[in-house]
Amino acid sequence: MSKFKKDDSSGSPAISTASLPDIVFMLLFFFMVTTVMREVDLKIEIKKPEAEAITKLEKKSLVDYIYIGPATMRYRSMYGTEPRIQLDDQIATQATDVGPFVIRKRTERNETDIPFVTTSLKVDEKTRMGIVSRVKHELRQVDALKINYSTTRKRVQP
Amino acid sequence: MAKRKLEEINAGSMADIAFLLLIFFLVTTTMDTDEGIVRSLPQKLPPDYKMEVEINERDVFEVNLNSNDQLLVESDYIQIGELKGKIREFLTNPYNSENLPLMEEITVERARQEIANRKQLIDNPKTPAASLGVIKSELSDWEDKLAAAEKVGPFRTLPKLAIISLRNDNGTSYKGYVEVQDQMQSAINELRNEWSQKVYGENFTDWNSSNDSDKEKIKVIRAIVPQRIAEQEPKNIPAY
Repeated sequence: MSKFKKDDSSGSPAISTASLPDIVFMLLFFFMVTTVMREVDLKIEIKKPEAEAITKLEKKSLVDYIYIGPATMRYRSMYGTEPRIQLDDQIATQATDVGPFVIRKRTERNETDIPFVTTSLKVDEKTRMGIVSRVKHELRQVDALKINYSTTRKRVQP
Repeated sequence: MAKRKLEEINAGSMADIAFLLLIFFLVTTTMDTDEGIVRSLPQKLPPDYKMEVEINERDVFEVNLNSNDQLLVESDYIQIGELKGKIREFLTNPYNSENLPLMEEITVERARQEIANRKQLIDNPKTPAASLGVIKSELSDWEDKLAAAEKVGPFRTLPKLAIISLRNDNGTSYKGYVEVQDQMQSAINELRNEWSQKVYGENFTDWNSSNDSDKEKIKVIRAIVPQRIAEQEPKNIPAY
């Protein structure tokens, strides 16, 4: 029986996939170069406001992040819909946690880098300023004075 | 000796491996580079601190943003679109208006003189140690101004105490607040770009502060067009 007989006579030859690895590797390197490791698991929703006159934060290693926004659907039963502060992977239970968070981050860094550290506030655009002012106040208490209001670049209206 | 035929290594699984790696990187990384408006907060003050210097009203540009995101600028209600022009006017005072800050004329001689004065004070053992910090920061300010004056000749700049004071309400939306900050920053950036175009033929906003050759230029432009935005802390910040 020749059930698996090769049918060479008809049809076009198979497309060579020899260059496929090369293409995929190229993609891989592209992504490796253009992206950075994800920092945290966000438990809150953030839609950043738009702005034009913005600066890029150059050195990622010199930036701490504080997230403010309403909890995502998954955590809403636990934290409600009011804006919350997230530090690292956790939602802060009180605003005074911000100071110790900054200090803990400082101990992880090189001493000479500490004056150059920026604290980037990633805040949902619908948040009221009260909570942001509270965080700013806490940052002042621990002398973390360089801050960044994280925004997205404004799209030009046609 | 019999020649053995070299067998080709099967590279068919190479694509699979590469795909696996690719997917791994896609999942664990993000594209988003952080950008935004950089500000520095005022230093924390001791509780018994009293403001000693008197500030002229003309030297303060007050911007208030209420809980409905309405702008009150120098006791006028204005639209957000008008803010940029107003800030520009405050920073340059083109017509020597009496309600806007009296611009300081900086020349090489003046800067040299101020630097010499500061150095004398620092060397003088009678100078109280507490004021040394202030004098040193003034000294470095004047050194930057000297560098600028040497580069561009005499120029007019904001007096030392002139500031833009931004006050918000606890109910102000973050979106509105950032919009105001953005307008302020663009006014300053525009002025800086004009100067840098005039002096170096380049845009200030294209320079990179981590680049050594740009550092000096940035200092010069910053000395000519300072960025002085003070974010006032609102009263009765709500508890979290």
